[in-house]
Amino acid sequence: METSVLNLPEREYLLPGNRTCAGCGLSIAYRYILKALEGNAIVAVPASCLTVLHGMYPTTSVLIPCVNVAFPSTAASASGLVAGLKALGRTDITVVGFAGDGGTHDIGIQALSGAAERGADFIYICYDNEAYMNTGTQRSSSTPLGAKTATTPVLGKQQHLKDMPRIMEAHSVSYIATACPSYPADLYDKMRKAKTKKGTRYIHISTPCPPGWIFPTKDTVKMGRLAVETGMVTLYEMEDGVFRLTGRSRSVAERGKLKPVGDYIKLQGRFAGISADNLKELQTWVNSRWAGYLKRA
Amino acid sequence: MAGKKTESLIITGNQAAAIGAKMSRVQVIAAYPITPQSPVTEGLSQFVEMGELKAEYVTVESEHSALSVCITASTVGARAFTATSANGLAYMCEQLHWAAGARLPLVLACVNRAMAAPWNILNDQQDAMSQRDTGWIQIYARDNQEILDSIIQAYKIAETVYVPVMVCYDGYILSHTVMPVEIPRQKDVDRFLPRYKPHTILDPSDPRNLNQVTLANPRLNSIGSLCHGYMELRYLLQEAIEGCSETIVAVDREFGETFGRSWGGMTWSYRLEDADLILMAAGSLATQATVAADELRAQGYRAGVLGLRVYRPFPKQDLIEATSKAGLVLVFDKSISYGNEGPICSDLKSALYRSKSRPVVHGYICGLGGRDIKVRELTEAAIRSLLWVRETESAKPTEWLNCQI
Repeated sequence: METSVLNLPEREYLLPGNRTCAGCGLSIAYRYILKALEGNAIVAVPASCLTVLHGMYPTTSVLIPCVNVAFPSTAASASGLVAGLKALGRTDITVVGFAGDGGTHDIGIQALSGAAERGADFIYICYDNEAYMNTGTQRSSSTPLGAKTATTPVLGKQQHLKDMPRIMEAHSVSYIATACPSYPADLYDKMRKAKTKKGTRYIHISTPCPPGWIFPTKDTVKMGRLAVETGMVTLYEMEDGVFRLTGRSRSVAERGKLKPVGDYIKLQGRFAGISADNLKELQTWVNSRWAGYLKRA
Repeated sequence: MAGKKTESLIITGNQAAAIGAKMSRVQVIAAYPITPQSPVTEGLSQFVEMGELKAEYVTVESEHSALSVCITASTVGARAFTATSANGLAYMCEQLHWAAGARLPLVLACVNRAMAAPWNILNDQQDAMSQRDTGWIQIYARDNQEILDSIIQAYKIAETVYVPVMVCYDGYILSHTVMPVEIPRQKDVDRFLPRYKPHTILDPSDPRNLNQVTLANPRLNSIGSLCHGYMELRYLLQEAIEGCSETIVAVDREFGETFGRSWGGMTWSYRLEDADLILMAAGSLATQATVAADELRAQGYRAGVLGLRVYRPFPKQDLIEATSKAGLVLVFDKSISYGNEGPICSDLKSALYRSKSRPVVHGYICGLGGRDIKVRELTEAAIRSLLWVRETESAKPTEWLNCQI
């Protein structure tokens, strides 16, 4: 049964007044993720915007235990938490590794691949704001084609993004889901489902970032919805290898069609001045990916 | 005394390290293969798979991840162990700093091997020496018995002062060479090394945020108490390491009372009482230097050996006292601080700055990349140094022993 925003738990684990930017997509996602974890979890966080959200010593804005870890080490650190807790006979606690796209697709991919191959028993969450936002918006391998960043400042990125969930699928992990904080109930349900599974579970959350993508802070939810409605982001899950579209992506697939990619990128400063060729290529890439999802669904 | 009914085995240094970790009842092991360390972790994986050791063995994909696993396992309260060599240790470098900065009582067996490039799998001590500033205690073992004993001691030291300990021993010379090793009784080890009781663990019932961003200056917490800034935390780490020599000596003494042998605490000596000429080194080379000292004695020189067991913290006062009656100290380093000299030589000179009776110190670089060191080379070096002191007023530059250039 799908949860509605009206019956999400009221208890909050993310306190107001944290240090994220106004309109932060991550802070919306994190709020619902913590509700789903119900406090009985330990989270390993590498260098990322989430480090900033958690606050500076000696105060914190989060009511679950957190260990800050080295940038490349998220999945290995989560494996260590799992191993340590198991050795001490404490298997009731959910272990979560929680990194950004740079910490997942780039510097953290080796440790993540290792942990997933071992089937280490934790939930890995990648929040994907599509660049190194915490260090000032440098290009990552999750930055989409055509987006300008601090290290692709003139021409924009010339390559497509790396499809991380597909890489995780190749590891045969027990559960993979994509999500977006614009659809909090869908995200909450996927977290709840992930919690019931064993082994490595991977959740990929697209988190719109107003300062990095350059759009007004009031438009975060709208931007996430447009990402899904244009097919730049697709909501799905894979349970033991079985693929299923969910939420808005499923309804678009069943009863509508994708909006043009232009509707999404024209609202973001990072795509300003994108070449006609790159825009066309981006649309072709979205269409091809979407066709692939429809075929699998 | 537990001397009776103990078992003695003819084993390699790597087997001694694995048995030491097993008898320390480590709860989490994470390691990655690298020569010449691999047999340590192979041994431990066998203990775990055979059910002889109740521990989680995590077969990680890199040394960086090996130490990462140990760090977080220790953070939730488990006793964790890893082992590595050379480039593996260098790959851990970030996490060496992390483990020490987070004040976690980990123990790492470092099987000393030369650093690439070019590739070389044989022994020197460049790997561990290059990590001397990461905030770890470093112990250099002189034989296989000391490897086993030092790993057990290392946990007791680490868990007392909350500083990680690296137990270093020479690749091949000890790691792959068999010699008799007395295996202590498990019940004696359990008495000597009780279960790890951490002062802070991560637990949902008492949520904390560990190792979070810490500013330069002290900062108020939510109830108005002033908490340390980054610099205060660094001072406390330095204070813990500088102050832990008492713990290291006390642990070694208690080990001696329990098991009937001890290792000298910070340093050890051989025929040093009346020695005018001191040969100084760390690890198996210092054992070899005792043979050179005997030969020099036979030739009429009053020679002795000063073995450096603990390199960090550097035992300044012990070294001042041990060298106060000598005229000449020869330091044999199996590593170099490029652009300067051997690290032990350099640190000894620095320690002796405060000494009222400073001996002359000559530095020798030797044994790099497994270059064989013969006793004859040590004795000839000593005689060359004596002649230099007698005939030359200028300082003797660092000499590369048996370097054929």
